[in-house]
Amino acid sequence: MIRVENLHKKYGRNEVLKGLDLQINSGGILAVLGPNGSGKTTLIKCILGMVLPNKGDIHVLDMPVKNNWKYRSQINYLPQIADFPGNIRVKELFSMIKDLRQQTDRKEDLIALFGLQPFLNKKLSTLSGGTKQKVNIVLAFMFDSPLIILDEPTNGLDPAALISLKKLIREEKEKGSTILITSHIMQFVEEIAEEIIYLLEGKIYFEGSIASLKKSTGKSNFEHAIAAIATTSIDG
Amino acid sequence: MGKILKYSFYDLIRSRWSYIYFMFYLLLGFVLFFLNNDVSKAVITLMNIIIVLVPLIGTIFGVMYYYNSREFTELLLAQPIKRSSIFLGQYFGVASSLTLSLVLGLGIPFVLYGLFRSDAIFDFSLLLITGAFLTLIFTALSFNIALSNENKIKGFGYSVLLWLFMAVIYDGLFLITLILFEEYPLDTFSLVATMFNPIDLSRTLILLKLDISALLGYTGAIFKQFFGTNTGFVISILMLILWTILPIWRLVYKAKRKDF
Repeated sequence: MIRVENLHKKYGRNEVLKGLDLQINSGGILAVLGPNGSGKTTLIKCILGMVLPNKGDIHVLDMPVKNNWKYRSQINYLPQIADFPGNIRVKELFSMIKDLRQQTDRKEDLIALFGLQPFLNKKLSTLSGGTKQKVNIVLAFMFDSPLIILDEPTNGLDPAALISLKKLIREEKEKGSTILITSHIMQFVEEIAEEIIYLLEGKIYFEGSIASLKKSTGKSNFEHAIAAIATTSIDG
Repeated sequence: MGKILKYSFYDLIRSRWSYIYFMFYLLLGFVLFFLNNDVSKAVITLMNIIIVLVPLIGTIFGVMYYYNSREFTELLLAQPIKRSSIFLGQYFGVASSLTLSLVLGLGIPFVLYGLFRSDAIFDFSLLLITGAFLTLIFTALSFNIALSNENKIKGFGYSVLLWLFMAVIYDGLFLITLILFEEYPLDTFSLVATMFNPIDLSRTLILLKLDISALLGYTGAIFKQFFGTNTGFVISILMLILWTILPIWRLVYKAKRKDF
């Protein structure tokens, strides 16, 4: 599904990714974790072609990412911060993205699931942060894609919406999609993710299932296990 | 590109600021006719306003739009669209909505006044064309500045400085040079210097078409000789086109190589 080879990325003098190698197979839910500034978002943005790597190769579905934009029709992406043109109505935004992608969508179900009907004719500038995030989620799940990338999907969601989101993610997994998630909410990750990748100082520090992480750190609590990798690495 | 342009344009023509900008020109057009009934004079007054205001508004709207839509641009970048289409679409969306405000805002009062029956139609069209060019040029320049500066405050600062330089400081420097090198022949220098500033270029182009170059004395005669002829006119228009294309080209070039 995704193949990353020897990925390097610097912002000025700040080296964020230092020769990262990664192979992600089709299907399943994968969480990308790591402390702030460890390069999670940079990695995701490199896969999406938004950040241009200094060195290294990325292939998505066997298509090279470099100088290519067509492969993005196979990816659904939920950005971390949601903001939309203020004077466009919610309904118009949905049709705009559909118009851009020219793919069949299932927005009606999603609009119903998140209770967005009353907002369809409202301008996007009048929506609250949580409602904008729901719109954002609808946009990310509207199309059937083999790869779904979610950057901090739980931001600003109420409990009901959070339950719907988890349901959606599981449904997509059943359909055979690959789902890549970053989150700082460990409870959410533990509940939803099957595998985790732990990034530290621009490299992959741990890769495997949650069970094997708990085993290797000797902690029974996931949150503590994650904290344990971070601290042992600092000590070592 | 077309689709992005369409939606940016929709978004902008519904914004309050587009209406304010449009209403301003509409009001200006009507007031000028109540105050003097002479189209040629109205064109000169309008020129003086347009030549300063259009670049300022183009610059401010350009940076503001770029910074405001940054998060949405990120969402678009993750869609199967070419980068150049996104930025060109947004740029033309801003530029065309501003041009529309200008053309409609000034056009309506002039048409109502009976422009089609007056012989000032050519001068007036030239005014609108240069206005459109100035919008295209300064919006493109401001998009360039915004693209190169992550920091909003810096981006705004540089844009305003650019406008100030082109609209005010450049003329000052020009004048000082003319005074300092008084003894030398400065005809070619003046012509070239005028070409390098789109605001000056537009101003000269309109003034000389208005047949008031006699007021400008000897320099005016030289300029008239150049700009008054068809060759001069064509070269000036070509310069304006070049001024439009270069920043747009850099915009695409930079956008392709930037991290978002």
